[in-house]
Amino acid sequence: MTVRPEANMETLAREFGMSAEEYALSVEIMGRTPNVTELGIFSVMWSEHCSYKSSKKWLRKLPTTAPWVVCGPGENAGVIDIGDGMVAIFKMESHNHPSFIEPYQGAATGVGGILRDVFTMGARPIANLNALRFGDPKHPKTRQLVSGVVAGIGGYGNCVGVPTVGGECTFHPRFNGNILVNAMTVGLARKDKVFYARAAGIGNPVVYVGSKTGRDGIHGATMASAVFGAEVEAKRPTVQVGDPFTEKLLIEACLELMATDAIVAIQDMGAAGLTSSSFEMAGKGGLGIEIDLDKVPQRETGMSPYEIMLSESQERMLMVLKQGREGEAERIFKKWELDFAVVGTLTDTGRLVLKHKGQVAADMPVAPLSEQMPEYARPWVPSPPRPMVDASTVPAPDDIAAALRTLISCPDIASKRWIYEQYDHMVMADTLQRPGGDAAVVRIHGSDRGLALVTDCTPRYCDADPKMGGAQAVAETWRNITAVGAKPLAVTDCMNFGNPERPEIMGQFAGCIEGMAEACKALDFPVVSGNVSLYNDTGAVGVQPTPAIGGVGILDNLRVMQTIAIKAAGNALLLIGETKGHLGASLYLREVAQREDGAPPPVDLTAERRNGDFVRDTIRTGRPLATHDCSDGGLLIAVAEMAMAGGIGAALTIPASTVPLHAFLFGEDQARYVLEVPEADVAGILARAKAEDVPAAKIGTTGGAALTVNGAWAISVGDLKVANEAWLPAYMAGKA
Amino acid sequence: MKSAVIVFPGSNCDRDVAVALTRITGTAPAMVWHGDQAIPNVDLIVLPGGFSYGDYLRTGAIAAHSPVMGEVKTRAAKGVPVLGICNGFQILTESGLLPGALVRNVGLHFICRDVHLKVESADSMFTRRYKKGQQIKIPIAHADGNYRADAETLRRLEGEGRVAFRYVNAKGEATEQGNPNGSANNIAGIFNEKRTVLGLMPHPERAIEQLLGGSDGRAFFEGIAA
Repeated sequence: MTVRPEANMETLAREFGMSAEEYALSVEIMGRTPNVTELGIFSVMWSEHCSYKSSKKWLRKLPTTAPWVVCGPGENAGVIDIGDGMVAIFKMESHNHPSFIEPYQGAATGVGGILRDVFTMGARPIANLNALRFGDPKHPKTRQLVSGVVAGIGGYGNCVGVPTVGGECTFHPRFNGNILVNAMTVGLARKDKVFYARAAGIGNPVVYVGSKTGRDGIHGATMASAVFGAEVEAKRPTVQVGDPFTEKLLIEACLELMATDAIVAIQDMGAAGLTSSSFEMAGKGGLGIEIDLDKVPQRETGMSPYEIMLSESQERMLMVLKQGREGEAERIFKKWELDFAVVGTLTDTGRLVLKHKGQVAADMPVAPLSEQMPEYARPWVPSPPRPMVDASTVPAPDDIAAALRTLISCPDIASKRWIYEQYDHMVMADTLQRPGGDAAVVRIHGSDRGLALVTDCTPRYCDADPKMGGAQAVAETWRNITAVGAKPLAVTDCMNFGNPERPEIMGQFAGCIEGMAEACKALDFPVVSGNVSLYNDTGAVGVQPTPAIGGVGILDNLRVMQTIAIKAAGNALLLIGETKGHLGASLYLREVAQREDGAPPPVDLTAERRNGDFVRDTIRTGRPLATHDCSDGGLLIAVAEMAMAGGIGAALTIPASTVPLHAFLFGEDQARYVLEVPEADVAGILARAKAEDVPAAKIGTTGGAALTVNGAWAISVGDLKVANEAWLPAYMAGKA
Repeated sequence: MKSAVIVFPGSNCDRDVAVALTRITGTAPAMVWHGDQAIPNVDLIVLPGGFSYGDYLRTGAIAAHSPVMGEVKTRAAKGVPVLGICNGFQILTESGLLPGALVRNVGLHFICRDVHLKVESADSMFTRRYKKGQQIKIPIAHADGNYRADAETLRRLEGEGRVAFRYVNAKGEATEQGNPNGSANNIAGIFNEKRTVLGLMPHPERAIEQLLGGSDGRAFFEGIAA
């Protein structure tokens, strides 16, 4: 980057993605024309990715508090009290744009970044999850993207030794030009040992640890704040390169130092690297910070201040230590063979001052950059409502068993074993429920309690009705945690949307937030951390709106933990919740009837809460043998999954009603669960359900080698398994 | 029963094996940093799983030259038992304590899942609590577990009964379908001549209780403790 004449600074601002108004505001704050380094800093700090300037107005509507919330949004990750003096620290984050450009490194560094957000706060990471959305399997890029993203997630997570225990992966043509790669990390810390980013203590040393700074990822945050055009390939240099080995060392070194009391504040260098970490720490502490850029460990020679400040080199941390503790900290980082450098000090000036080769390279006020950060109330229009689909107008299949086979092998429902077996999901030896169930369960090390963890969202619902889809994403997360027997506590969100400058996209965002807020309130399930990824468009096509939800719940008694597998023959299957046979926006409609229209199933939050609380109580007191929620594909898919997991069939007897049989079996009505219980317990559970106004009915009996419906249709559990397991490996081998 | 677990930069199953040793042998192992050249007087040295040095160069290649390995070799020569699990097995072949090499899985992918194993020899401190021919289920988690050796070495390993564990299918047959990574002769673990050094790719420390999905690994540590 060569120095440009001042007259060109405005043009440069445009290249950096700043609007004319934003440039004018930067000049006003500085009281002069900013130099290249300063302008670069303005542009990344005010990028959509770092500033949330389009979304902030809406994010405020989400509930973020509860008695168990220790720290909500605004820090590196959310913190909740899980009892016994422990906290869970967690967050989900997107790495969509980099993963589309360079799938392996994009996904890998997504995992690395979210891990740092969590261990920065003093937590040992204990689980990773992810939520992946790819384009049409027939699209020429899809296979390569799936392969690269999965290898990248595994390559990073496996090496750092944190189990990847859960996630979801679906496909739709609307993601052809923009895939979504959302990664979540959950960590554990002692409640009295949580670390924050707030700098304090004038004169305290500012310390840089981790990897050296190179020229990678410069302006990555700006790239992530723009729509893809034809020049996507040219953006590859803005993707960072990860080194999970260094990250593993950084985790161990940081946790070792955190066991002492030498750290005042700590912040990882994520998007916008040294720039955002120094601004965050100084800003939160109301202080100034002076950094000598010559002391920053550098991988390459001749780096300019602009490059050093905007580099997104991975595996780096910035921290403020107590004066006099530098030697002790340095010994720990040297032991782990990591760079350690005192690069600056805290000042009382309220300014960020950068020195480089004896010159002042930048001198900017800290507070105004965040206080006067642009915030946009972008115009929005609500999504047009779609009509309800009357189930009687949707043709019934000639053969229920054939329709079941079609659904169980369709890309969205097909087994994701090919993916999760590439992730080490057992390291740390506390994974009690592996991928493939309703929620992963990870034991709190050394105790008999566990955390239930899950990611959920149904983008086709959000596309059909953003508000209902937003509520459904939260409700399904809550339901999955409930289904393993845990109490849902809080969520993190990862909001993936298109170009916010388009009113219909802002309408989707506003709608999803509204639905999420209602559901989070009704279910006492606050949002404690999150991330927003906008501009997920290529040309004029935006992704299906995808507010991915990552949920955490506590299982106080591991002995009651439920799995979805049918345990034995001769037990009853109970359906909890009401079935109206909603086929709008369902997978049956898309995969069997070849239609994608209609309103999604309504989410009745009162029923959701009541039914879920009933199921959780039943699990705690009555010990069902298996529990599974009903979601994609409806009741019959839920039962088929239970049968496949247990290797035991079931005979369903669907009661005659006004709901057509195919709608009863494949409708995606919400707030429903299937329980396997001993016959002797049926009457008691149904009586209690009636007393609590919870719809419940016996719908079948376990046993045999096949799944049968009303004695008329049958498919063997073995055939179901083959159909369910075959698609993804065959597709990845180029044979499907 | 005193043991030591060597911790390399990038080891990540060190805690898991320490938990298993503590719970089943009743004594917590000493955790020895790779940069230390001294290992306490112990009855067993464990090289744990993980990604020592990030698997850079080749799996186990850099760790094999780390300062502590000189002492590990000296102790092994004196007959002190040495156990290498997963990355530990890779380090044992790289350092010459066991013959052969572990290369990339035939499917090229990292694989994490339960596999069926046949115990081929109960004649060692590690396998004495199993029966010869017993079939057990233990998880694997590796990308480079494909055991390779020249024909003469394989003949010797087989002839001297030094194959400890073999991958089998659910029926107990050592078929291609039962072989997750393409290993020669379905080999999952081997001994040195004296059966005091064992390297294996599967993780017995991940199978010590039903809650984790299986407890077939308990007998492995019970054998060590006995």
